[in-house]
Amino acid sequence: MLPDTMHAPGGHQAVLAHHFDDLEQQKDAATFGMWVFLVTEVLFFGGLFCAYSIYRAWYPEAFAAASHSLDIVLGAVNTAALITSSLTMALAVHASQTGQRRQLMIFLVLTMLLGTLFLGIKAVEYAQKFTEHHVPGPSFHFEDETLSAHAQMFFSLYFVMTGLHALHMVIGLGIMTWMLVWAWNGTITAEYASPIEISGLYWHFVDIVWIFLFPLLYLIGRHA
Amino acid sequence: MTTDHIVPKSVYYLIFAALMAGTAITVAVAFVDLGAFNTVVALTIAVVKATLVVLFFMHVRYSTKLTWAVVAGSVFWLGILLALTFSDYLTRSWRTYG
Amino acid sequence: MAHPVLLPPRHYLNDGYGVKSWLLTRDHKRIALLYLAGVTFFFFIGGAFAVLIRLELATPAGDLVSDDTYNKLFTMHGVMMVFFFLIPGIPAVLGNFLVPLMIGARDLAFPKVNLASWYIFIIGATFTMYSVVTGGLDTGWTFYTPFSTVSSTSAVVPAAIGIFITGFSSILTGLNFIVTIHKLRAPGLTWFRLPLFIWSHYAASLIMVLGTPVIAITIVMVAADRIFSFGIFDPSRGGDPVLFQHLFWFYSHPAVYIMILPAMGVISELIAAFCRKQVFGYTFVAFSSLGIAVLGFLVWGHHMFVAGQSVYAALIFSVLSFLVAIPSAVKVFNWTATMYKGSIAWETPMLYAIGFIGLFTIGGLTGLFLAAVGLDVHVTDTYFIVAHFHYIMVGGTIMAYLGGLHYWWPKISGRIYNEMLAKVSAAMIFFGFNLTFFPQFILGYLGMPRRYHAYPPEFQVLNVLSSAGASILGVGYLIPMAYLAWSLRYGRIVGANHWGAVGLEWTTTSPPPTENFAEPPVVTWDAYDYPTQVEGHVA
Repeated sequence: MLPDTMHAPGGHQAVLAHHFDDLEQQKDAATFGMWVFLVTEVLFFGGLFCAYSIYRAWYPEAFAAASHSLDIVLGAVNTAALITSSLTMALAVHASQTGQRRQLMIFLVLTMLLGTLFLGIKAVEYAQKFTEHHVPGPSFHFEDETLSAHAQMFFSLYFVMTGLHALHMVIGLGIMTWMLVWAWNGTITAEYASPIEISGLYWHFVDIVWIFLFPLLYLIGRHA
Repeated sequence: MTTDHIVPKSVYYLIFAALMAGTAITVAVAFVDLGAFNTVVALTIAVVKATLVVLFFMHVRYSTKLTWAVVAGSVFWLGILLALTFSDYLTRSWRTYG
Repeated sequence: MAHPVLLPPRHYLNDGYGVKSWLLTRDHKRIALLYLAGVTFFFFIGGAFAVLIRLELATPAGDLVSDDTYNKLFTMHGVMMVFFFLIPGIPAVLGNFLVPLMIGARDLAFPKVNLASWYIFIIGATFTMYSVVTGGLDTGWTFYTPFSTVSSTSAVVPAAIGIFITGFSSILTGLNFIVTIHKLRAPGLTWFRLPLFIWSHYAASLIMVLGTPVIAITIVMVAADRIFSFGIFDPSRGGDPVLFQHLFWFYSHPAVYIMILPAMGVISELIAAFCRKQVFGYTFVAFSSLGIAVLGFLVWGHHMFVAGQSVYAALIFSVLSFLVAIPSAVKVFNWTATMYKGSIAWETPMLYAIGFIGLFTIGGLTGLFLAAVGLDVHVTDTYFIVAHFHYIMVGGTIMAYLGGLHYWWPKISGRIYNEMLAKVSAAMIFFGFNLTFFPQFILGYLGMPRRYHAYPPEFQVLNVLSSAGASILGVGYLIPMAYLAWSLRYGRIVGANHWGAVGLEWTTTSPPPTENFAEPPVVTWDAYDYPTQVEGHVA
């Protein structure tokens, strides 16, 4: 049983990679590396936002009608869940930086639970879309026939955008599991908290993508 | 990249409250008819929320200029994609080929 | 005066034997050689398709292959060459080997990510090769929709998946270089003491990181359209094929700068070394690399002048396309000025460098012709375009790649190649290249369209010249493979600094030890600090 606080004198030498001069340089490089990776993610999702913007400008009515068929309550709950998970993630980082192993593990688990809740709700939503025949392709059918073709465009983008986002969430859960193991076995200490910080950067980014997806997909023309 | 500054938990709770409030406002405003402004308001709130997450949850507020430049650069580059692509779509109707 | 030189007793090539020590290596130098093997293999696959193309085009009738098969030939030629040779090429081989050495580091920032990059490259290539052997791809390397998403019956999905996966290899390499150059420079090595090779690889890495994700997501959308019958680019369901082109070319235009910037970095090194002179206007050349990287993202619409985009957007893209030529021109002027009153040694790498400057200039100038909308409308989709990009990618990038390979070969292997064979093949390549591609400028101007396997008989003479040139070029490429491989075992052993050049990579042994430097260097000199006489230069 490892103690609740983690301070391993001299222990950090074991995690210094040979090509770095010191732990500071290693942490700097790792954090910078994650930021550069997030740049690629901005452009990756960005292409979808570009396609979405064009088609929404072209088919405002169809997009509004299609958006109405999404469950705003589930979407809002998911948004709240992700924002809360960002809070728990930030608190996990704080716990790692102050050497509080138990708190770190609790917050990591909470983050993962909220992420799993998000994915569960997403699965429910996808199932709804299947039964409503709103999945693009040969079996697509939209209630308002005149808007059907362009509503299908909305759903094509909906599935690719939320699907890609969900995939990133799944990867995020995998990373959190790995961090949980490291927190449990004492790899993470106040001196070596950077893996948690870097994982946090990834998690927050995934949250930011959803912050944009929610209004763009769920809240079009709701006042009508 | 961070200056090893440990952000106090109170800041996190404050930002969390702001984010939840922003979400509530976004949903509420969606049911009010503001015409074209609905999108503007929704996106503005989203940008504010994203900025708060970047600055405080992702510690950019306490990070080096290099980090800040990386974040700004990524947004700027996405802007290039959107701006120049839109320069096509917005101007297509200006003139047809005879 | 030559005394026998021995290989250092311990170096990266004998530091561990066996397949596992190579396939699980974290050493950037070994990974560079793994890439060398990969890109060389795919170069020859792409080259094989080129042979078939030029064989077909030797006669006006479409008699060697059917039109569908011909579509597959030029598509697979383009896909293999662009994604599996030209884009990885110089960065993954020379960049991986030299970036840590040139900045005085022990390795790249993320060695395991570097190895992962190679595996990702191989996996992506495997998917694409699967597409090749199960019927091929016939959409053109440009994958235009809705043909690629709706009508094509070829193996689009495996090829798309393969290219998507390989894109991540490129992204991770770029990420590694950016972090390495920022964070792992030796003490005293400020940005403006960096070799221009590093500047150009940094700029190319910015492009890799910013551009590749967009083609990746575009491929995802194409795959979604094709596999799940989504209609994102399908006009019958409101999709816009031009949107695909915007997203595709947002990456694919900067991609050509990924191909040329590292090549330009090589040329800066070659010119400095073989004129024994500081590169003229070093700061301008450094900033021009960044300028090309940035401006390169603003011009993609020049591939779409006849696609149906707005004429006003075309105007903007045209102006910006003229602007992007400026930083390239700055480099050409500065290389030429470097040569002026330099002490020029006509070694093989220098021959390739001179060839590059001439051919890249021609290719680049013809790019200006194409930036003019009025002219482009007439020559687009003709052989003028084909000649233009081959002048830059083959006359430019491949010449620089070969020049760099020959220049750093002593460092990589500790041995030197047969100089006479090297010079003969350089001359063959130069001659064969021009014979192949100059007639294509004329053909395009006269109106011969690209991507057709049959053509009017009046174009035959020029096509025969082109095919003849291609055979000379092909042989020219084979000879270096032979003598470079031979030299690995039987080449004369040379010392740490065979060319007497300035650069951190030349201060360590040839081949270098696994950790690169016995002592971490401290840099107090400029990048091309050539004294009038350098110790140890072997003529």
